[in-house]
Amino acid sequence: MADVTLQNVSKSFGTTKAVDAINMDIPDGSFTVLLGPTGVGKTTTLRLISGLEHPDAGDIQIAGRSVISETPAQRNVAMVFQQYSLYPHMTVRENLAFPLRSPILRTPEDEITRKVTEVAEVLRIPHKLENKATALSGGEMQRVSIGRALVRNPEIFLMDEPLSSLDAKLRAELRVELKRIQESLGATLLYVTHDQIEAMTMATSIGVLDEGRLVQIGTPREIYEAPVSLYVASRLGLPRINTLPADVFPGAPSGANTIGLRPEHIRQGEGQSARVDRVEHLGDQTRLHLQLNGHEIVSLTDTHTDLEPGDAIAIQPQNALYFNATGARIT
Amino acid sequence: MAEIRIQNLRKEFGDFTAVQSSSFKIEDGEFFMLLGPSGCGKTTTLRMIAGLELPTSGEIFIDGDEVGQKPARERDIAFVFQMFALYPHMNVRRNISYPLVSQGMPRAQVREKVAEVARILGIEDILDRPVSGLSGGDRQRVALGRAIVREPKCFLMDEPLGALDAEFREHMSEELRKLHDRMGATTVYVTHDQLEAMQMGDKIVVMNHGVIEQFGTPLDIYDKPASMFVADFIGSPSMNFLKFHGAVAEGATGVELHHQTLVLPTQHEAFEGDLVYGVRPEHIRLAHDAPYRAEILATEYLGTTQIVTLDTQNGQVKARVPSDQPARTGETVGLNFNGAMVTLFDNQTGRALKSDLNAGVLHG
Repeated sequence: MADVTLQNVSKSFGTTKAVDAINMDIPDGSFTVLLGPTGVGKTTTLRLISGLEHPDAGDIQIAGRSVISETPAQRNVAMVFQQYSLYPHMTVRENLAFPLRSPILRTPEDEITRKVTEVAEVLRIPHKLENKATALSGGEMQRVSIGRALVRNPEIFLMDEPLSSLDAKLRAELRVELKRIQESLGATLLYVTHDQIEAMTMATSIGVLDEGRLVQIGTPREIYEAPVSLYVASRLGLPRINTLPADVFPGAPSGANTIGLRPEHIRQGEGQSARVDRVEHLGDQTRLHLQLNGHEIVSLTDTHTDLEPGDAIAIQPQNALYFNATGARIT
Repeated sequence: MAEIRIQNLRKEFGDFTAVQSSSFKIEDGEFFMLLGPSGCGKTTTLRMIAGLELPTSGEIFIDGDEVGQKPARERDIAFVFQMFALYPHMNVRRNISYPLVSQGMPRAQVREKVAEVARILGIEDILDRPVSGLSGGDRQRVALGRAIVREPKCFLMDEPLGALDAEFREHMSEELRKLHDRMGATTVYVTHDQLEAMQMGDKIVVMNHGVIEQFGTPLDIYDKPASMFVADFIGSPSMNFLKFHGAVAEGATGVELHHQTLVLPTQHEAFEGDLVYGVRPEHIRLAHDAPYRAEILATEYLGTTQIVTLDTQNGQVKARVPSDQPARTGETVGLNFNGAMVTLFDNQTGRALKSDLNAGVLHG
C-alpha cells in the first residue's frame, strides 16, 4: 500500500472541465471518499489515478513516483466497479484466482490457493468457493468482485460506487464489512460515491467535489460541523440543512447573507414564532415541518411529541452557520 | 371524498394464495400505506381495490357501496403507476387533458381544469413542452396531473416514486404529501420502502406472505410491533433481537439473560421457551458500569448520532448513540436498555407477548 498524491491535475472533455486543478493527498492506510452529485468529476478523478484517462495537466504520484507515463497495469492499482463483472462460467475460486494467473505475475499455484483462501476468509465466503458465480446472491457477488481486487496486493484500491446496485439492508451490511476489511488490511482506499451515508460512515477523510474542483477535504466530523461553504454544508445531513435569509433571526453577523440551520440546531421555547405544518413520526426521530414568515423549515423534536399541525411554537437557532453572498462560510 | 372498507378479501391465483382473508378500513381523506416486501400481496390488494383484479372472495366497499365485482371504470378512482405512463407523442397539456377530453368535457372547461392542476403541481411553464424532453420529476408530476384532473373519489398509487433516485424521491414524497394535504383525497399507496411509509402515511398496513401482520399509525407500528417480522421490517437499523431460552411470568418487569436482569414493561402473559428480547437501537445506551457487557465491533458516524455495532452474549446488536460519546472499536462496554420500550417475542411464532407497552394496540 502507498500514498497517492495529485498535484494540479486537470482534465477536460471538449469544453467541459471535468477535473479542475485538483491537489490532494491520499495517505497510506486511509479510507478517502470523494463525494458529490452526478457529473462533478468523481469518476474522472478515479480514472485518472488508475490510468484509464490521461490528465491534460498536473502530476499523479504513487508511493512518491510519478505514474503519468505508466500504463494502468504498471501502476498496480485495483478497481472495483458498480457492476459485479464476474466471469459467470467460473466458480468463485476461479474468479478470485483469475487476477493472480495473469502471465505478468506468474504466481505459483500453491501461493494462489493460499491467497484465495485468505481473502475468502476475510470476506466470509469460504463455504462458497466452489459455487458458480451466477449461483450467488447480489451481496455475495459484490463481495467476490471486491475479493478479486483484494488478492492482488495493489498500491491502492479504487472503488466506484460499488454498493449502489444493492438493496438498502445489504448496503448497510457491506458498509460495515468494507470498513472492517480496509482496517484489518491497512489498505489505502479511494472510494467514489454520491451517497452521504456511505461517505460519513466509512471515510477517514471526505473530499467534496464541486464542478471538478476539490472544495474541502477533512474528516466526516470536520465536513459536517465546519463546512467551508453552503454547498459543502448541503452535502451532509438528513434531513438537509435549512437555508434562510440571515435576517430571519436577530443576531446575524455583518456580511451574512444566509443562515444555515441543521434540523437538530433549532431550539424550541423562545425566539421567533413558527407554525407547525406537519409532524412526521419516523420512529427513531420526529420531524417538524415548520413555516416561519413564509420560509419552510424542517426541525427535529421529541419522538412522542404532542404537537399537531396548526400549533405555534417559538424557535431560535443554536450553533447556526452563516454564509456570505457567494456562499462562503463566515462564522 | 371516499371511505374504503375491505372485508375478508381473498385472492387466489391457481394454487397460490396471494391475499389471505384481509380486513381493514381506510377513512375518508386518509393517506394510507400498503407496506411489505415484494410478493407480499400489497399490489394485488391495490389492484382489487382498483378493479383490475377481481377478488376470489370477500367484499370491497367504497362509500358504503359494494364494488368488489364491478369493473374499474365504474369505481371512480385514479391509478398512478411506478412507470410514468405518458403518451410520448403528446405535449404536457394534451397528456393532462386526455382523460377529460375522452369524457367529452367542453374545451373551455378542460382548459380551466388543466390550468388549475398545473398551478397545484407547479408545472405551468412546461405545459406546451413535449413530454419526451422532461426530467424524471416533471414526468412524474405530469402523470400525477393526469390522475388529479379527473377529481376521482380516491387515488391508488403503486410505488410511484420507485424509479427515482434517493435524493429526488425524498423531495417528491414531501411534494406528494403536501398535495394530499391540499386536496384531502383518500389515497392508497403501495410501497416496499418502510421510510417512505413512515414519512407519508397516516396509517400503515404491513403485509407478509399475503397476510396482514399489523395495521395502525406509523408510530404505533414502530413502537409496538405485533410480530418479529414487523419489528425487523420497520426501522433502520432494524430492531435488535437478543435470543435466549427462559421464562417470564405474568406481571414480570424483568427477565434474566446470562445472569443479568434486563428490564421490561410489565408483562400481561406468562411464557416459557425460546424468547426474544426486542430493543430498538436508540433505546440502548453505552455505560461503563452496566453489568451487561459487549464488545464494540464497528462505529458509523452519522452527524449528531452514530451507530455502534456490538458483540454480545446473545448475538450482534446495533445502538444509536450521540456522536460525541466516545466509542472505540475493540473496547468492551456495558449496555443499558430503556425497558419501557422493549418488546418480548415468542421466537417460534414471532408473535409479540402482551405488556403495558403494547396492550392497547394488540388484539386477539
